[in-house]
Amino acid sequence: MTATVMGYEEALRSFDPVLGLEVHVELSTRSKMFCGCSTAFGAPPNTQTCPVCLGLPGAMPVVNRTAVESAMRIGLALGCSIADWCRFARKNYFYPDMPKNFQTSQYDEPIAFDGFLDVDVDGEPFRVEIERAHMEEDTGKSLHVGGSTGRIHGASHSLLDYNRSGVPLIEIVTKPITGTGARAPEVARAYVEALRDLLRALDVSDVRMEQGSLRCDVNVSLRTDPTQPLGTRTETKNVNSFRSVERSVRYEITRQAALLSEGTAITQETRHWHEDTGTTSPGRSKETAEDYRYFPEPDLVPIAPSREWVEQLRATLPEPPAERRRRLREEWGYSELEMRDVVSSGALDLIEQTVAAGCAPQPARKWWVGELARRANESGTELDALAITPAQVAEVQQLVEAGTVNDKLARQVIEGVLAGEGSPAEVVEGRGLAVVSDDGALGAAVDKAIAANPDVAEKIRGGKVQAAGALIGAVMKEMRGQADAGRVRELILEKLG
Amino acid sequence: MALTTDDVARLAKLARIELSEAELEHLAPQLDVILESVASVQQVAGPDIEPTSHALPLTNVFREDEVRPSLPREDVLAGAPAAEEERFRVPRILGEEA
Repeated sequence: MTATVMGYEEALRSFDPVLGLEVHVELSTRSKMFCGCSTAFGAPPNTQTCPVCLGLPGAMPVVNRTAVESAMRIGLALGCSIADWCRFARKNYFYPDMPKNFQTSQYDEPIAFDGFLDVDVDGEPFRVEIERAHMEEDTGKSLHVGGSTGRIHGASHSLLDYNRSGVPLIEIVTKPITGTGARAPEVARAYVEALRDLLRALDVSDVRMEQGSLRCDVNVSLRTDPTQPLGTRTETKNVNSFRSVERSVRYEITRQAALLSEGTAITQETRHWHEDTGTTSPGRSKETAEDYRYFPEPDLVPIAPSREWVEQLRATLPEPPAERRRRLREEWGYSELEMRDVVSSGALDLIEQTVAAGCAPQPARKWWVGELARRANESGTELDALAITPAQVAEVQQLVEAGTVNDKLARQVIEGVLAGEGSPAEVVEGRGLAVVSDDGALGAAVDKAIAANPDVAEKIRGGKVQAAGALIGAVMKEMRGQADAGRVRELILEKLG
Repeated sequence: MALTTDDVARLAKLARIELSEAELEHLAPQLDVILESVASVQQVAGPDIEPTSHALPLTNVFREDEVRPSLPREDVLAGAPAAEEERFRVPRILGEEA
């Protein structure tokens, strides 16, 4: 069933959108929030559970110190105040994704509150105010069986894997984001991307949306103009890519605008995002929303970070990503567009390390954003998961600059390194890839090319020097790309000059 | 403050406990007595006493981020009412799409 929507421009003429973003971040701690079970992704089902995360009677949780420190570092990086004293709370609900029948979370005492994140929206700065960042735990994973698409509708029963239940989560909640106007979808995306960059710089999470270590719930409401109170909002869940964040905001604006303009009230509800159709559908209605009966968690004592501890953590904060990008762009002499490509392909750290290994910034960028990004894309892996190190990329470039290989051969060297054939020098040796600049071998190939292309040779004799390209191509083909193109050109012109 | 049968019915619903009208009538006054007894503590606690959720004045009890062995899966699933494909099998979940 598809809802009626209004054109986006028309919707923005009649309504002012207000956003609210809730981002859940899975921390990359080794163990879970309240027990020593491993958090490793992809383990066989139900092999990383214990009495604590299964909620067995008598089990006692103890808080993971590193998770608390990560939560505070996230808060500090977002300019938040860190609570002097705060508690965990039980959020009670009956749903089989939590075997305890409650989620351990924080309620009215978050560890961090009142911050902001400055984001870049197509070159324009925009400040997003942060309401709070609190600690909680992840839920198990459900698999719905018997339905046609793995969804609950039509399912006969569900299967639960509790490996993920109890993995530390930080929920970061914005204040209502107003004043975006028509840029609301772009602001939402820019915020989640900036948050991802920040969390990556903090090294507290894998921040992989496709693996669920960064998840976003998108709240949207409309009002007729900015002087009006906030309208009724919907909360769209399951928004699992940056592109979907942008699309879901756009869709909700057009859907709500169509309803409001025909006089229908918006239902406050949870909605689900459908990647394939680019639409949302209603989930649980918040009118009958559960009363979670929050109460302070009796099994966990309060957390009261000393100011010394907070300051120690503040001292570990990395350079803010936006400042670092500005600094590196200037140091490397990249254009805005080049830098944007570098960041979006996830190559910033890799290029920094390649440059540190002695490579000039432009070739480092060319290898990572060109050749290697293409290969990562083809094999469906992340750039930093490729089997080549920044030092090896720098070595490839050194081989190019020394004239040992040309660009084309360098790509074969990279292929060899990725295939596990050793270091770049070893691949050159093993595959026999070095450029031939020996006049004896080149001269023979040049003579052969001239003999095979008498018409081209005649043109060059007649002064059409640019025709030499065709002969260089023939020599290259003959020598499987390993000829020194510059020397080949010189030899051709000497012989036909 | 008297606890009504409506209050108890709502709590029972939240706790997924099915209670008949007769049971509600029976339980509401009993629960009310319990609440009143607990509330008597408030007569002793003056404004100088902070509300507390914990018996001991402890804060900052942590464990280091170290992995400890998990339970063997056979033991884990032995406690499940039903298991399938190494997972806990539960009745279908109504009312929400995941």
